[in-house]
Amino acid sequence: MNLETLPLQFRDWIVSLFPGALQWFVHHLLSITAILTFFGLFFAFTTIAERKLLARLQNRLGPNRSGLPWFRRLKLWGLTQPFADAIKAITKEDVVPAVADKVLHFLAPVVIVAFSLLGFAVLPFGRHLIPVELDAAILYFFAAGTATELAIFMAGWGSRNKYSLLAAMRALAQLISYELPLILSVVPVILVVGTLSTSEIALAQGGWTWGIIPHWHVFTPWGFAGFVIFLVAALAESNRSPFDLPEAESELIAGHLTEYSGFKYALFFMAEYFGLTALSGLGVTLFLGGWQAPFAFLEFIPSWLWFMTKLAGMIVFFIWIRGTLLRLRIDQLTRLAWKFLVPLALLNLGNAAFWTLTAGWTGPLVLVRWGVSAAIVIVPFLLLGRRLSAGYAPRTYRYAA
Amino acid sequence: MTPALFLIALVLLGSAAAAMLSRNLIHSALLLVGAWAGLAAFYLWAGAEFVAFAQVLVYVGAVSMVVLFAVLLTRQGATAAPVEFDSFKRMIVGLIAAGGVAGVLLGAIAGTPLAISAHPAPAAISVKALGAQLMGPHAAALLVVGVLLTVALLGAVIIAAIDQPEDPAP
Repeated sequence: MNLETLPLQFRDWIVSLFPGALQWFVHHLLSITAILTFFGLFFAFTTIAERKLLARLQNRLGPNRSGLPWFRRLKLWGLTQPFADAIKAITKEDVVPAVADKVLHFLAPVVIVAFSLLGFAVLPFGRHLIPVELDAAILYFFAAGTATELAIFMAGWGSRNKYSLLAAMRALAQLISYELPLILSVVPVILVVGTLSTSEIALAQGGWTWGIIPHWHVFTPWGFAGFVIFLVAALAESNRSPFDLPEAESELIAGHLTEYSGFKYALFFMAEYFGLTALSGLGVTLFLGGWQAPFAFLEFIPSWLWFMTKLAGMIVFFIWIRGTLLRLRIDQLTRLAWKFLVPLALLNLGNAAFWTLTAGWTGPLVLVRWGVSAAIVIVPFLLLGRRLSAGYAPRTYRYAA
Repeated sequence: MTPALFLIALVLLGSAAAAMLSRNLIHSALLLVGAWAGLAAFYLWAGAEFVAFAQVLVYVGAVSMVVLFAVLLTRQGATAAPVEFDSFKRMIVGLIAAGGVAGVLLGAIAGTPLAISAHPAPAAISVKALGAQLMGPHAAALLVVGVLLTVALLGAVIIAAIDQPEDPAP
């Protein structure tokens, strides 16, 4: 009984039940089913975790009433809430505006969910656990993600609603702006490891310095900077607070979602969470060591459990951010991307090149390497930050006392 | 493998034809995106993984946005209105332009010596080998393209950066 390869043994056992000609088909079908069921459930429990955590951050209790159908006494801390929500969403009336572009209005939620699920295919969930082993995996991941922009446009335009179209344009401006820092923050990892394959990147982060400090990319100066830029850009790419302008309830009445109801509305949320989970998974793979255990003596825990723990940690961090920060204004949002994140990410690329060139340095030169690399991160951060915020404080109010 | 190619060709040509026949500009643009995605599927079928993903990333992700923004910004208020038959002059100019492009493409295809061999296709080239090729023998071409795109971007920024002086910094 080997826990490490248990999912694979289970899959191979099921595949062996089928005749030879069908086996390749069943093999891939099982991978797809596993991703759909697992991340479907993960999405369900992410929503309840988010609602409960946000509630606690706001000194509320959160949903705690839903129980089981026939065991009324058993409340289970409201953990069955997502299933009640799903039933509600399915049974709700599906309202389509009379003037809407019916085809696009219908296609948008379908396209967005389909494409947001594609990214999971190349994430290495464990040492031997990767749905599709691709040589150009990272390129595939970002290619799969780009179609969501198209779906948001389809939703905004197909609704024939001013607010929807305005919000869709806002969303596109935001997504295109943050695509750049997102990809630029990933490029240093590719430069240092020398591959686009996610499984090899996770493998390259194995080992420990002095037996305690893992060789994760986040523990290098360029990796730390890249990880922070990645986090900010990932938040913006998945339309999460503080970058949730496209859905701003108070200004745009939920934006491109205005004319959606029932299960189509739920599909947009599903896609948002799938996108967030996939991006978190990519962040874990690229910067947090993927499925590698943090300490050598903890390696007896299966690698896929480590991956899921880190992934859940990232999600909880994103929820915490949502409960803490305020929404940005559109000009602040684009200024942050173009004047701050993109230059920093470009400098970080040079930093990674320096790190690769000095890989052979030994002895006291290692300290010089770390010092120079850290300086390339910290000095521009301080200079750019000071320059960008100059003249904006103290805040003056033109239209209010 | 041939049925797959047939299916891809059907999707590709079908969406391209529908894009041309559609009287709704936004539908045309979206169908064009479908044709680009079909092209990416063809690259995948041909074993060119990297090119296929780059095609999706660049065309389905970025160029489609440029097309859609251009449609929305230039046809003010009438994006949904069908495109009517305008004039014979316009039709002739369109035909000349399309014919020119078709001629150049056909000439290039006909003029290229295509080595048809019975050997099985070589194994898929790794991204690393592709990168070495791009950065080694073809580095000059890559740099020229990079400079060209940067100049285009700077030009766009300069055109867009005409300030409205009445609104001071917020």
